[in-house]
Amino acid sequence: MSNVTLRNLCITRGGTSILRDLDLQIEPGEFLVLLGPSGCGKSTLLHSIAGLIDLSSGTIEIGGRDMSDADPSERGIGMVFQSYALYPTMSVEKNMSFGLKIAGTPKAEVQRRVRRTAQMLQLDALLERKPSQLSGGQRQRVAIGRALVREAGVYLFDEPLSNLDAKLRAELRRELKMLHHTLGSTMVYVTHDQAEAMTLATRIVVMQAGRIQQIGTPAEVYDRPANRFVAGFLGSPSMNFIDGSIDASGRFTAGVLDLHLPQAAPGGMTLAARPEHIHIDENGPLNGTVTLVEPMGNHQVVWIDCGGHSLSAIEHGARVLAGGQAVRFAIDAGRVSLFDQGSGERV
Amino acid sequence: MSHHSLQAVAPPLPMTNAAPLKRRRRVTPARLGVYAFLFSAALFFLLPLYVMIITSFKPMPEIRSGNVFALPAMATLDPWRQAWGAVSQGFWNSVAIAVPSTVIPILLGAINGYALSFWRPRGANVLFGVLLAGAFIPVQVMIYPLVWMMARAGVFGSLPAIVLVHVIFGMPLMTLLFRNYYASVPHELFQAARIDGGGFWRIFLQVMLPMSLPIVVVAAIMQVTGVWNDYILGLVFAGRENLPMTVQLNNVINTTTGTRLYNVNMAATILTAAVPLAIYFISGRWFVRGIAAGAVKG
Repeated sequence: MSNVTLRNLCITRGGTSILRDLDLQIEPGEFLVLLGPSGCGKSTLLHSIAGLIDLSSGTIEIGGRDMSDADPSERGIGMVFQSYALYPTMSVEKNMSFGLKIAGTPKAEVQRRVRRTAQMLQLDALLERKPSQLSGGQRQRVAIGRALVREAGVYLFDEPLSNLDAKLRAELRRELKMLHHTLGSTMVYVTHDQAEAMTLATRIVVMQAGRIQQIGTPAEVYDRPANRFVAGFLGSPSMNFIDGSIDASGRFTAGVLDLHLPQAAPGGMTLAARPEHIHIDENGPLNGTVTLVEPMGNHQVVWIDCGGHSLSAIEHGARVLAGGQAVRFAIDAGRVSLFDQGSGERV
Repeated sequence: MSHHSLQAVAPPLPMTNAAPLKRRRRVTPARLGVYAFLFSAALFFLLPLYVMIITSFKPMPEIRSGNVFALPAMATLDPWRQAWGAVSQGFWNSVAIAVPSTVIPILLGAINGYALSFWRPRGANVLFGVLLAGAFIPVQVMIYPLVWMMARAGVFGSLPAIVLVHVIFGMPLMTLLFRNYYASVPHELFQAARIDGGGFWRIFLQVMLPMSLPIVVVAAIMQVTGVWNDYILGLVFAGRENLPMTVQLNNVINTTTGTRLYNVNMAATILTAAVPLAIYFISGRWFVRGIAAGAVKG
């Protein structure tokens, strides 16, 4: 396992700047997830670590060696692609051994590594098959196997589960996590799926428009978002944002909605509350009307109109609610986030 | 995936009767009209071929006296023997020209297309544009300069000269075919091969070329047909020893002395056309598959 250090990374393509002055330190053995909407530069960042994109400026160090201009094959990386990118004319075994053969690895060693990896990923029975004879999940496992046989210092994953259906995606996600536990290798994983990011990552890097918005453990990023963008991007349904102001006594007001926030500084603020921190409660201090109920099986999402603010709340109980019903509710003041209205930064 | 969601939304249709499953194709007036039109159109286009074939089996007296459309009263193979004697040298010349003139442009076109699609050298688009423009300039415009250049180089009127000319004129189309075929190959496949340590030639030979069979077949059909049917380039560049079959056919038919042997002319013409026709019929299935392969991914 290797560490990766990016310093002042700039990437410009066709006159537009995709990444600007990006610094990132990836620790050995870490499962780092790059998360962001499409076009935020996360794939570009991954491709630049792989050496598939030329840097405009800055340096990339992998395992303590400067790899800024090294050929992809010399960087000690293995990569898994979204479209699997298996060689269609080669069998599973040839797909996995192709890179090793080019590197001139002795035959016995190639065989040993392919066997071991195939066993780990339950591909033993499929070694003679062509990619076209495999299912989507099997194909992606072969692609992962092809990366693993390289016994690289860093494994790069470019949205590897996006092409799979929901059930397989959850299954392979679990397998990937197990794999990281057993191998303990450094892994960098790109996704726009927050569920993947939350479940897999030891640290999440949230990106937008070529800039890093926040770096932290899944819990940090979820519970203490650094700005409005991160707050809105993570979580489903999204956080409830309410623009209002705080007076000197720490009372947040926005129309009919008000809430006591003991430690808050006064000023114009945006209050953000997760749906699970809004509780429907007969004794709650706030009034509202249910506009819509979305049953999710193990919970329901209740949309409440409160003086023009549309709020979503998660209700775990078996309470029967219907549109038009008047409810009382409470917002958990200890769990809300406050953002500056101008800059959008966390206060 | 879409399949699953569809099933989830739409309830299964009740199978009240099996009639829609085994729908009979009924003969309607409209369908009759379609077949009548197709049949007469086919007849119209096949008539000349029919006349050629029956004429080639008739002895000369029968041609002079008889009906053009009548079947031969006394079928004979003599015209075919005579025709083969007249054009057989041309046949082998054409083979000698067509084989290298097909293999070399396909190889070069594949390398060009591969380089343009995956390695994207500086100015690739300009290069490709220039190459394409070459495909639209009439061949006749370039004959004189080419003759002059080849005479200077001392290769004019030889087998290498005619092959070189076919290679030059075949390149734009071959490059276009392969470039578009490789453009439909996911770029990630190339990137995966780069990470595995593949260089320019290894990725081309071990990854890209093996998956190019459909487009190679298409390219081969186009190039063989084009080279085989060429007349003017063969006449100008091949030299007396290497005149292709089309030129010899013309010599047979346009002879100014003696009587016109229609049966021999017909037989010689069919012989000359046989090669492209055979290739088309044998590989027609591949031809369609190769053309469709570029359109639909996977």
